[in-house]
Amino acid sequence: MIPVGFAYERPDTLDGALALLAEHGEDATVLAGGHSILPVMKLRLAAPELVIDIGRLAELDHVRVDGDELVVGAGTRHRTVESSEVVQAEAPLLAAVARTVGDPQIRHRGTLGGSLAHADPASDLPAAVLALGGTVVLRSPRGERSVPITEFYTGVFSSVKEPDELITEVRVPRTGTAGWAYEKFTRRANDWAIVAVAVVDGRVGLVNMGPTPLRAAATEAALADGAPIADAAALAAEGTEPTADLTATADYRRHLARVLTRRALTTAAGA
Amino acid sequence: MKVRMTVNGDDTSADVEPRLLLAHYLRDTLGLKATNVGCDTTSCGACTVLVDGESVKSCTMLAVQADDATVQTMEGLSASPEDLHPVAEAFRTEHGLQCGFCTPGMVMAAVSLLRETPRPTEREVREGLEGNLCRCTGYHNIVRAVLAASGQDPDAVIGGGHATEAPSGGVEVAPGFSTGSGA
Repeated sequence: MIPVGFAYERPDTLDGALALLAEHGEDATVLAGGHSILPVMKLRLAAPELVIDIGRLAELDHVRVDGDELVVGAGTRHRTVESSEVVQAEAPLLAAVARTVGDPQIRHRGTLGGSLAHADPASDLPAAVLALGGTVVLRSPRGERSVPITEFYTGVFSSVKEPDELITEVRVPRTGTAGWAYEKFTRRANDWAIVAVAVVDGRVGLVNMGPTPLRAAATEAALADGAPIADAAALAAEGTEPTADLTATADYRRHLARVLTRRALTTAAGA
Repeated sequence: MKVRMTVNGDDTSADVEPRLLLAHYLRDTLGLKATNVGCDTTSCGACTVLVDGESVKSCTMLAVQADDATVQTMEGLSASPEDLHPVAEAFRTEHGLQCGFCTPGMVMAAVSLLRETPRPTEREVREGLEGNLCRCTGYHNIVRAVLAASGQDPDAVIGGGHATEAPSGGVEVAPGFSTGSGA
């Protein structure tokens, strides 16, 4: 499978990338690790006129602590996120979830910002950042803005990110020793989650339970009211609209959401 | 556009279309046919090569992305047929292949795995090769080969006292996935 022909630019700076993006907008696509966009281009489901390669921008590749937040550059590769001692100490859920993405080869190339920008509801990392209550930082020549991840996604493969904007970093609260867990249900190794549940500090993120990653709002409210785990987990599928596909019916997905939420909450509680 | 990269120690360059995949640069432009293209969808791992020392699937990387990089394929791994790289030698000793199609990718993935985890458990080998499929179902001997290449005795590691717990306590993936505790 060969992509449709395109022009290729590899700017040396973030400002250079932003200028190209502003000039070409929807005719351009951004490539970092390439592990979401290249498969789509090879299937010819996307045929950009220009590919802007930001994969080597050092400005986007960093992990640091800033006050109460852990800051991860958008170009940081999954392998770095999973193995970073800083991420493991400050937001262990994020490191653990990064480790469940694809396989080692994919994690050597794929980036956190790329995964979030791709906006696939079956992806692991968006739900992890959602459970963490994180923020996506977007930049364009017009300026910079921070969008809470709860307001970032608008539908399947779509978000509030404008065509001239680039995700530059992801900020999540430092959760330290707060209980966390990630329950990912797949039929095969190295597969997308049929459903997955990320839990940290009483917040619950759901993978593949609708067109966007979701928070299990009813479960979180019940937990906040002091409900037992079993009762709160029974509400995990409330308000969700999961799809049916080859791997699962919608009802089965709702069942998985409840079961995996109970398991994740139990693990996170250390019980 | 012009790309240059060091492949198996040799400087290479060519004028390529941006859409040329690294796998095709290696196979068609350079004529290095050890790197196989299997699924062409980032699943099977047959096209695995090392880019700057790390395993990548060359069907999901553009040649232009590897501009200025150092690439290693199966052809460049061993000094000679008589002086095999330890991983290649272990695949032969432990019969870690049947038809051989997955082997170059398996070996390169194993080399990368052992660089990151020099003394892996059985579970770490199985998870570390998660991105490589063998349709001859030769996994058991492949796992033995990687353990042997790490300087360990496969018989002592497999089903032995090695840790069988998941590396991250709070993560559970695929209930049916091997725990690495031996058959």
